[in-house]
Amino acid sequence: MIVYILCFILFLVGLYGLITRRNLVKIVISLSIMEFSIFIFLVLIGYIDGGIAPIVSEKIINPEYVDPLPQAMVLTAIVIGLATTAMLMSIAIRLYRKYKTFDIRVIKNLKG
Amino acid sequence: MELALSILLGFMIIGAIFAIHAKDLLSAVIAAGIVGYSLVICFLLLKAPDLAIVQIVVETITLIIMVAVVLDSTREELKINIDRQQILNISLALIFILVLIFFFVQAIETLNPFGQHSLRMASAYVGETAAKTGSANLVTGVLFDFRGYDTLGEATILFTAAIGILSILRIKGKK
Amino acid sequence: MQGMSLIVKKVAQLMAGLIFIYGIYIIVHGHLTPGGGFAGGALIAGSYILAILAYGSDTIKLKKEETGTSLTESISILFALMMAVAGFFIGTKVFFNNYLPAGKIGELVSAGVIPLYNIFIGIEVAAALLTIFLALIIYKEEIEG
Repeated sequence: MIVYILCFILFLVGLYGLITRRNLVKIVISLSIMEFSIFIFLVLIGYIDGGIAPIVSEKIINPEYVDPLPQAMVLTAIVIGLATTAMLMSIAIRLYRKYKTFDIRVIKNLKG
Repeated sequence: MELALSILLGFMIIGAIFAIHAKDLLSAVIAAGIVGYSLVICFLLLKAPDLAIVQIVVETITLIIMVAVVLDSTREELKINIDRQQILNISLALIFILVLIFFFVQAIETLNPFGQHSLRMASAYVGETAAKTGSANLVTGVLFDFRGYDTLGEATILFTAAIGILSILRIKGKK
Repeated sequence: MQGMSLIVKKVAQLMAGLIFIYGIYIIVHGHLTPGGGFAGGALIAGSYILAILAYGSDTIKLKKEETGTSLTESISILFALMMAVAGFFIGTKVFFNNYLPAGKIGELVSAGVIPLYNIFIGIEVAAALLTIFLALIIYKEEIEG
């Protein structure tokens, strides 16, 4: 059970960084850390002691497979995380070209 | 197995705390990359080779994009001055963390102990995938045949991200 | 952006070719060994990125390259959708049907439409990742000047 608690602590570290930092690049890094903790948690739930990887082969008799359903979900989620990070970085590039800084408080105070 | 996973997760937590508090933006990005690469070893220990291949390539591409953006702009981190807004932010974060800890303590009692999964839904999938679809890789069979709509949605998301980036940056090509 | 020194260029030539062939192998054997469409597509994009970073962006013709990658990704996802709609007319009449015969487990030609889906989705993922890389890294020098 201690691995579940460590996953949750990683999620809380990412959440703390998301709320209290002022630099745009650090906000993107904190969001990425929160996504990593969720991937580990989903794969940890489906693990069986003494199981093997889910590939059928005729040399193994009476096998016991690890659960393949959480692995399919996490595969989709990894690629979606990459698309989200790329779009956030493109918005950050555009803001830097216009205001010449990454600080969100300075950007919020300048109007127009 | 549980000991090795706990040590790896401890390294990831230390790396994440360093990435948030670093004074240089390039060090923060490299520490986040190290967290991603430790995830690959965790996936290999948990018997998931599909996920390890995808995660290592995706993490490399993410690192290339972030290092190129950081090196082209400023590299310094701003000074933290503790004024009224910052104290409000930190107390708000602490309130959120306490609420989440309360719900987590209630939810963790319903989980099975680590390593003893009950396979309530997957026993139907595991028994029938190889016979009905004819593929030897169970994860690919589930992902493309039983759950094909999720794969279609993911391809659409990647396509939309490529179009969105081209229109945000307004690229026309060389004149 | 300038290229790198001569040693880096020669090593990148060898490595980019090997990674490209390995990516095609992982896509085509997606139903037998771990891998599949997404892993192989990302590997193929990685080999192209290695070649572009080692030789510099002056040696590729940028306008032709950008329309080329957008066209490839659009056409391959259109083929994947047409194959899914063809399930309306063959076999049991539902969307997204598996209508080719499932052969013996473990052969290369087996598992119905799954190898064809792997190939088209792999090409689409490679072209989308290459478009994202070109738009974020290479083109930004031209907006400034």
